[in-house]
Amino acid sequence: MSTHLHSPSLRLEKVRGDFPALHQSVNGRPLVYLDNAATAQKPEAVIEAVSSYYRTDNSNVHRGVHTLSQRATDAFEAARANIARYIGASSPKEVIFTRGTTEAINLVAFCFGGTRFKKGDEVIVSEMEHHSNIVPWQMACERSGAVLRVIPVTDSGELQMEAFRALLSERTKLVAVTHISNSLGTINPVEEIISAAHEHGVPVLLDGAQALPHCSIDVTALDVDFYCFSSHKMFGPTGFGVLFGKEHWLEQLPPYQGGGDMIKVVDFAGTTYNDLPHKFEAGTPHIAGAIGLSAAMDYVSGVGFEFIANQEKDLLLYATGRLKAIDGLVIVGNAKHKAAVVSFNLGSAHPYDVGTILDKFGIGVRTGHHCTQPLMKRLGIPGTVRASFSFYNSRAEIDQLELAVRKAAAMLL
Amino acid sequence: MITSSLISERAAALVEEFELFDDWVDKYQHVIDLGKTLDPIDEAFRTDTFKIQGCQSQVWLQPCSENGLVFFKADSDAQITKGLIAILLRVLNYSVPAEIVRSDLSFLEQLQLKEHLSPTRKNGLNAMIRQIQLYAAAMEANAPLI
Repeated sequence: MSTHLHSPSLRLEKVRGDFPALHQSVNGRPLVYLDNAATAQKPEAVIEAVSSYYRTDNSNVHRGVHTLSQRATDAFEAARANIARYIGASSPKEVIFTRGTTEAINLVAFCFGGTRFKKGDEVIVSEMEHHSNIVPWQMACERSGAVLRVIPVTDSGELQMEAFRALLSERTKLVAVTHISNSLGTINPVEEIISAAHEHGVPVLLDGAQALPHCSIDVTALDVDFYCFSSHKMFGPTGFGVLFGKEHWLEQLPPYQGGGDMIKVVDFAGTTYNDLPHKFEAGTPHIAGAIGLSAAMDYVSGVGFEFIANQEKDLLLYATGRLKAIDGLVIVGNAKHKAAVVSFNLGSAHPYDVGTILDKFGIGVRTGHHCTQPLMKRLGIPGTVRASFSFYNSRAEIDQLELAVRKAAAMLL
Repeated sequence: MITSSLISERAAALVEEFELFDDWVDKYQHVIDLGKTLDPIDEAFRTDTFKIQGCQSQVWLQPCSENGLVFFKADSDAQITKGLIAILLRVLNYSVPAEIVRSDLSFLEQLQLKEHLSPTRKNGLNAMIRQIQLYAAAMEANAPLI
């Protein structure tokens, strides 16, 4: 029995059984869900944690003296502690709850940029960033007179590290880059980026939205200053995310939004702000979101990164080989270190057409610029078709993808 | 169709033509092929002024008129979108403006291509229908088209 459970195909079958949404038909075909970089499906454990919270513990957190409020507060703060442990934060105080990666980045851009960017200062981002790691910095630069500097990307979709080093100077106030590219799957050398920036005394923010579901993260070992991610890409509920910040940075920053929960004393003569992490969490938080993300992290720990890494490596290699064999198909993004993402174009066919035909085959992929217009401009393409895999995808699903892409090629080319 | 206008007659003929397909692959192939029959737009119109912004595919629409009838030339960088445009224009082109303004486009449901017309589909087709009707309304009011 135990040897059977170690067989990869049996484990895969068991894992797939944990995700109810995977088992349905789309357009008369079994669903093949390959849009995991946009959002991941939710395991039963997460759905159960969220619905059980609403069924039995639902109440507003903090301040309440009644039993349900205490239970909700305990569950909420236990979730924070679990999330902190999972990412290797040294204290739950360093875990700020947000609506997602986008809000986490905006928080830092507003609070850090608002107090520390001056005219002539520089902020470094890269050419492969998601719009949510570009626009908040552009806005912070507009407000302060600071200037945005951009790390260029190679043809294969990697950061030009020499150019990055050359951009670092005494004018640099912050480096904000993505851990893993959402469009291409490139895994960036974040340790190298962090140590190079720190040599210049410059803090680093990483957009970890694409990294959390694929690898184990230890923010303390990384020595990263700010790390942002979303719950929904990590098999948790939507509308919830995390900003990790080193305690000494978070202590120095002013609050983000004003309201309930982020204060100690409110008086018209002057208001005293709450301690970390509540200083940054105005209003009633997404309690079920925190509980759901915490359950998702427990679930992923149970599956284990050994299985996840092996499975995703296999899917990436297999998909790359199968798709490459199709006449006219060009894979976009060929970095040496890649997450399980294959972005491609099929001859001159528009990604929208390819995506529409794949949908008729029950296959969900994403098409377009993937919110990385500057990267598409750099690569000289309007967009791509992106198949992004999770550990619950199978080789059989990639066979379906290949078949459907061949059919699309016959129709469109 | 309630009225027996030219538009509804053309729509009925198109619905009949599409009834030949019982397989979606053949139907989509026909949509793609119809796109290839579109008259090319004049290059002068391939500008941002005449571009209809969908999220993913781009559509250019050139309004024309002749003897009180309105017609359009159009192009798209996506083939399925272009085919859908061809279907629309086959029904709407060379009509009096008032008819276009009040046209009933429910035939698209009968073609079972309605999924492309949902407001959340990012193909610019809804925006194009709105633009066609705006041009026709302008013509009906004798306002300049361009």
